[in-house]
Parts: sequence; structure tokens; C-alpha cells
Amino acid sequence: MARDTLTGSRIRERRIMAGLKQADLARAADISASYLNLIEHNRRRIGGKLLLVLAGILDVEPSLLTEGAEATLIAALREAASDPRGGLAELDRADEFAGRFPGWAGLLADSRRRIATLERTVETLTDRMTHDPHLAASLHEMLSTVTAIRSAASILAEPGEIEPEWQQRFHRNIYEDSARLADTSRSLVSYLEAAGDSTSGSSVPQEEVDALLDAQGHHIPALERGSATPEQVVGEIAAAASEPARELLLRCLRQYESDAAELPLATLTGAVAQIGPDPIMLARRCGVDAGLAMRRLASLPPEVLPDPVGLAICDASGTLTYRKPLADFAMPRFGAGCPLWPLYQALNRPMMPLARDVAQPGPAQRVFAAYAMAQPAGQAGLNRDPLFQAHMLIVPRPGVGTDEVLPVGSTCRICPQTDCEARREPSILGLRAQIGF
Amino acid sequence: MPKQVLVIEDEPNIIEAISFILSRDGWTVRTHSNGVTAVDTVLMRKPDVVILDVMLPGKSGYDILRELREMPETSALPILMLTARGQAKDRELAERAGVSHFMTKPFSNAEVLDAVRALVPPVGGAT
Repeated sequence: MARDTLTGSRIRERRIMAGLKQADLARAADISASYLNLIEHNRRRIGGKLLLVLAGILDVEPSLLTEGAEATLIAALREAASDPRGGLAELDRADEFAGRFPGWAGLLADSRRRIATLERTVETLTDRMTHDPHLAASLHEMLSTVTAIRSAASILAEPGEIEPEWQQRFHRNIYEDSARLADTSRSLVSYLEAAGDSTSGSSVPQEEVDALLDAQGHHIPALERGSATPEQVVGEIAAAASEPARELLLRCLRQYESDAAELPLATLTGAVAQIGPDPIMLARRCGVDAGLAMRRLASLPPEVLPDPVGLAICDASGTLTYRKPLADFAMPRFGAGCPLWPLYQALNRPMMPLARDVAQPGPAQRVFAAYAMAQPAGQAGLNRDPLFQAHMLIVPRPGVGTDEVLPVGSTCRICPQTDCEARREPSILGLRAQIGF
Repeated sequence: MPKQVLVIEDEPNIIEAISFILSRDGWTVRTHSNGVTAVDTVLMRKPDVVILDVMLPGKSGYDILRELREMPETSALPILMLTARGQAKDRELAERAGVSHFMTKPFSNAEVLDAVRALVPPVGGAT
């Protein structure tokens, strides 16, 4: 049922909420109860003076009766109904439901949103537990150490003579292994405690750096102005970070400082005002390489670029070394991203700028332009093959439909896309496999 | 002549403990701790049984096992695999690669000894 034909349902809803009988409202509006009944059941169109009279009696804005619920609420209800687990919901009556019961509809939409957020958290945590290299390595080392201690202790505890030299050796082994076990256990507990602390959820250096840069909005004014060195910035924003994270961050900020010197904020701002956040055009106009242009665009503050852009950088192995995800374009915290990303295509075609419209599955299915390019990292060396790294800038494309876009994921484990040749492993979203593309 | 066991493991104190209990049981024990050269060492040493760790520097125990099974001279060699990962899928992976026996850490000395004896009855050693 179209939304503009539901005015009657909304009048009925508001009348009931006001505690009025149909006959009372009809009398107050100087119409017959039968006519009001037809209106309330959407069998008679209503407008003009009568609408104003009824709105006045019901003490609501006339537009609330004609426009009803917001489109976002109806969209949220439709999304909830499209879930395979919501198979019994009357999808074609979402509009009517939102119009007649806006409170309940809002509650349902909010609950659905909250469930989606919680599911995403669970997926992320599951992903983390199953792919966490630090956790796996620590547990493996603990088990190996326990095995060594158990074997040595068992030899010493057995009845019978053991030569003093062997006895001494196994005592020493137990001592060394127990010290190692204590260190590993302590390190593991610190790691798990840090992981459980929502304020410092990062625990591997790259994650710590991602979190620190996220907290700064990927924009460092002191480096833009040249009023501080990268070392001073690290001291200021990463005082509580681990040493490896501080080293990684320092490398990242030195790059930032060098980029800002080559393409200053004022020049960048002026160029973006004219050509928009197109890194390939920006690189040409400002005489810089495409990677630098992408990094600079990703560092722009909201006052220059209100709709933020995302950035992923990977090395030649495909490992992500820089992540600036967007709300509707997720990037995995561990491991490589979706093999369909233009980022990885760029690695196969070095020095060739690529651009594709992409969208990730999900409620929003927001379309982004993904600009990607692989270029040599570091200085050229004599008789040495260049080492490539690839950049991918994610630029929102508001108003563009999803018909011609390349459907991509974040990482296979949490991607519902079916029949994907690039899939590395099954998705944990089996139940939601029908949503999305 | 005592039978020979080759222990391919990178954890020195586990090597020492296994070597001690097997030597005491009458085995000649050789050790090796690098995954990359493990297959060559097996071919050179020609052991009667191999104890093979899964996580080795340079090459996984599963890959070593597969390579050994593809060669006629080692296709039937008794191989006892040790791993810290004891899930069913790890055991299946080892079985598909052709393992003779699979054992998860932490194991006891007696378990290792029993497994090696079961794979190759020792000559002139304790029973």
C-alpha cells in the first residue's frame, strides 16, 4: 500500500491514542461517523480543510497525518523483514505498520539495529580468536614448554638411579622451562586482559597504531603545521602504547610529515575544492605520485572533506599495513581483505591507476569509488627488483545505484556473498547468506 | 644392532627428554631440528622410525610427511607425529598425509615410548 494512502490509518491511530470514539471525532469535525469510518480505513481520500480540522482536534501537525513515518524507519522495518529469520513478517505492509504503530515500529527497528551491532561484535571477536596469531603462538609455546617440563620431571621421578650428570641436566631444564612458562603465561594474561579492556582493545602493534590513528581522525595538525616532530607526536599521543606500536607509528608519522611537506594542507585544500577527492587527478595537478595523493586525502579533516574517505595500504604479500575503514566499508583487523578489492588487482598491474565502483553487502549497500594503484616502495636499488606496495582510496559515491558496481566483501569469514570464486573459507554468516548481493 | 629413531623437533629440552628415555630403552637416537632439511636427513640417516613435530622452522611437519610418503624408500616408514594442536581436523590432516601415529602435547614419556615400540618393536631393548 502506498504511503500517501495511509492517512486514514494514521488518523485512526491518533484518535485511539487520544482516547476518542469514532463518533466523538466525527461529531467534532462535523462529519458523519460512517464517513469517518471510510476515511480511517483508507477508503476515502482526505485533504484540504477536513484534514486541518481533524489534525486540530487530534492536536497533531497535519503533515504527521499525511506523511506518516520516516522513510528510514520503513527501510529499517523492510530490512528486518528481509532477514531469513523474519520470514513470517508481512513485508508489503511495513509501511502500514510504521504508520499505525510508529512507537512499536521504532522499537523494532532499534532492536534490529542493536542486534546487528552485537552480531558484528561477535563476528569480530570470533574472527579474532580463531585467527589471532599471537594467541595461537603463545598457546603452542606453553604446551611445548609444559611437555618438556613433564618429560623431565617424569624422568627424575621414576624409580631407579640416574647418573648425576643427567640428573643435573634435567633439573636445569625444568628450571629454565618453568621460568619460560612463567614468562609466557604472564604475557598471555596481559594480552587477554588488554583484549578484554574496551578502552585498550588493541593488542598487536598494527592494531594499536590503527586505534591511535583512528583516535586522531588520521589527521595530525602539528605535523601539518610543522610545529612538532614525529617523535614528539608519538610521545604525546602514544605514551601508553607498546614499544613495537610506537616504532610502527613513528614510521607512519615520518611518512605523514614527508607527505605534508610535499603536498601542504593549503595546496591540497584548494585542489580538493576544485576537483574533489579524486586522487589520480589530484596527483596530476599537484605533481605528486598517486599513493601520496591518496594518503593526503585520507588525512584531511572533516572541515575540508565532510564526507570522509577510507584508505587501505598493503605490501606485496597482500598484508594490510594501513587501515582507515569507513562505516559502510569494513576492513578486517587481521589477515588480508577481500581478494576482489581493486587493491589486490593493482598489485598485478603495477603503476596502472585503477578505479571501480564497489559496495559491500549490508543494509546500506553504500557505493564507493575505489581508486587503487601499486607503486614501488622505497628507493630503487642496483640489480634489485622493486618492492611494490598498493594503495586503495575509498571515496563515497552518494546517489549512485548498485546496479553497475563490483560487489566486494570485507573478509571471507564475515562475508555473506555466495558463489564467490575468491572465497578462501566459509562464512560464519550462513543464516544471512541470502542478504546482500 | 639397536634400531634407530630420528627425532625431528625444534624444542631442545623435549629433544633431550625423548632422547634420554629412548636411549635408555635401547634405541639409537638421532636428532634434527630444521624443517627445511628434514627430508634430506631422513633419506641420509635411514631411521627405523621418525618422531616428527608439526611446527618446525622453515617447513611444516605435514609437508615433510607428505614428501616422505611420496618417495618409495620412505612411503612406509613408521612416523609418529607430535603436535600442540589436538583438534579432530588436525588429526584428519595428519591421517590424510599418511601419519602412522598422532600424539598431542603435552604427552607423557610412557606414551611416547609405547607408541614408538608399537610402531617398531625394538631389538635387544627393554620390553
